[in-house]
Amino acid sequence: MVVRVQTEDFDVGVEVNAMRLSHPNIGAVVSFVGQVRDLNDGDHVAAMTLEHYPGMTEKSLSGIVEQAVARWSIADALIVHRVGKLKPLDQIVLVLVASAHRKDAFAACEFMMDLLKTEAPFWKKEQTPNGERWVEAKDSDDQAKNRWQQ
Amino acid sequence: MITVLYFARLKESLNYSTEEMVLPEGVKTIAQLKTHLAKRGEAWANLFNGKQTIRAAINHALVDNVAAVKDGDEVAFFPPVTGG
Repeated sequence: MVVRVQTEDFDVGVEVNAMRLSHPNIGAVVSFVGQVRDLNDGDHVAAMTLEHYPGMTEKSLSGIVEQAVARWSIADALIVHRVGKLKPLDQIVLVLVASAHRKDAFAACEFMMDLLKTEAPFWKKEQTPNGERWVEAKDSDDQAKNRWQQ
Repeated sequence: MITVLYFARLKESLNYSTEEMVLPEGVKTIAQLKTHLAKRGEAWANLFNGKQTIRAAINHALVDNVAAVKDGDEVAFFPPVTGG
């Protein structure tokens, strides 16, 4: 179980293979990759800057992994989140989950992304033709998280 | 003393990223600390008067307004998060 916050890009294939090949007992690896879109709220996005809270970010991501481990039968998990300046088509986030069977890996991956979107201390600032603006949090992300509270 | 950190839109609006502060008399919770900060001037009032959603963390853990603040804590204020 690893979390990383980094400015550098990541290679999904390398990460999937590293996880897959270190667990002969797993039958499934689920991955989620988030990338920067070139359009948000009707405006072209030329670039964005991701700020975070060093120290808390890593703790928050580790806590999300721990909750997933407690809830599903998963063999391994990885979260990589980038910070700094990014442009459209750049990868932002990678979540990998390995489990014996696909169902737990799918559910845990979705859960981890829903919590990451609403709890991990990252903030996006977009550069658009109309200037810079901070991205606003979405109610739909809160709703996505709340459905896991049973 | 407590350390107070500000992030994202707050850091820009206040032109402040971190400060050391003697825990003010009568301030025992996040809500009370917000009320105290709101008295610093217009930019502070706009952020901490309760009309905007400002989230808080104590020692790297998300907390709500009733959370207790004590000497030595690292407190952070920031807008709702937008990662992922």
